[in-house]
Amino acid sequence: MAELNTGDGGGKKGGGKVRSKKQNSKVDLTAMVDLAFLLITFFMLTTSLSKPKAMDLGLPDKETDDKPPVDIKVDQRRTVTVILGDNDKIKWFHGLIETPEPGGKPQDIGYGKEGIRTVLLPRVKSIPEVTGDKDKGLIVIIKPTKKSTYKNLVDILDEMAICKVPTYAIVNDFSDPEKKLAEELNKGAK
Amino acid sequence: MAKIKMSKKAASIDMTAMCDVAFLLLTFFILTATAKTPEPLPVETPASTVEVKLPETGLVTLTVGKSEGKDKVFFGMKDRDVREKTLELMGNKYGVKFTPEESAQFALIDEFGVPIQALKQIIAMKGAERNKAGLQPGIPMDSLDNQLKDWIYTARQANIELGKEKDLDFAIRGDAKQEYPNIKKIMDILQDQKINSFNLVTGTRGKNY
Repeated sequence: MAELNTGDGGGKKGGGKVRSKKQNSKVDLTAMVDLAFLLITFFMLTTSLSKPKAMDLGLPDKETDDKPPVDIKVDQRRTVTVILGDNDKIKWFHGLIETPEPGGKPQDIGYGKEGIRTVLLPRVKSIPEVTGDKDKGLIVIIKPTKKSTYKNLVDILDEMAICKVPTYAIVNDFSDPEKKLAEELNKGAK
Repeated sequence: MAKIKMSKKAASIDMTAMCDVAFLLLTFFILTATAKTPEPLPVETPASTVEVKLPETGLVTLTVGKSEGKDKVFFGMKDRDVREKTLELMGNKYGVKFTPEESAQFALIDEFGVPIQALKQIIAMKGAERNKAGLQPGIPMDSLDNQLKDWIYTARQANIELGKEKDLDFAIRGDAKQEYPNIKKIMDILQDQKINSFNLVTGTRGKNY
């Protein structure tokens, strides 16, 4: 590839005039390109291009003993409870566990577009219409079981952001029927 | 007979364009580069669709991960002055004296996971040795010896004593496979100190998730 610089003179043989030699103006770039690609490879391998992102999470104040917990009555039509289980499984129900809302019986589902989002998206829209108040939208109660992973938690919080769920909470205590559901979920996964 | 002469093609290719592209890419990579820093506890963060970047300063990272079958927590502060001040305050609390050299060396450590009693040995090590997998056992955080709580507390204290206007941010950098109770434990420690708002560090996910 290298261009050989055979300096054949410009002057005519036997001519009287002496012309100045025409220099070959081409520079051999092979080595330069080699070097450039070597450096590119080096920088590509040593950099981390995607900077970490931060998901904000605000939790309510912890209940202390000197302040008795205040029970707030919430319309059961607004709540969807999501139990996170083993092996990326979710069990959800709408309303109360004993008397679920129509189409909201406890059932299994997965994460993502075809999963829990199909449950949440329509409800985000429909619930303000049912309650007749724009400010009274869907409330999602997230209950991670002991078997669920950190990834599951981040996924479900992400889902909240994607579906624009107005209110959601992470709750760690389970009622007895919910416990049963969670056990069922974690056992069934094995 | 006339001989057919093969036309001799020049064997050289014009490299100018290629050279241009190569250097353009090179410039791009140099300008966007942030060097990967070796981590003593490598974790794989879960992905999410959030676009908010992690703050570069005034941040404390709690890395929760598993190495050699054990769950470990590592503690890292972003600002060097906060690191030094925190070390000083922690030293006073636990009765461990650090020399100015050790303090200066500590200011260069991004993340560590040893009980404070063993911190001197870690500071004395070279960077590469320090990050060896499994060397650092993690910060004790059980009810008998909750040093993690003290680190968090003193870091905030140091931040205030240095006269910074912004409060420290806390971020949990957990491995995707960590089980929820481990993360919950960290959240509880933070919440016990009335830190109710913190960040979860995640990677980026594709647009059409």
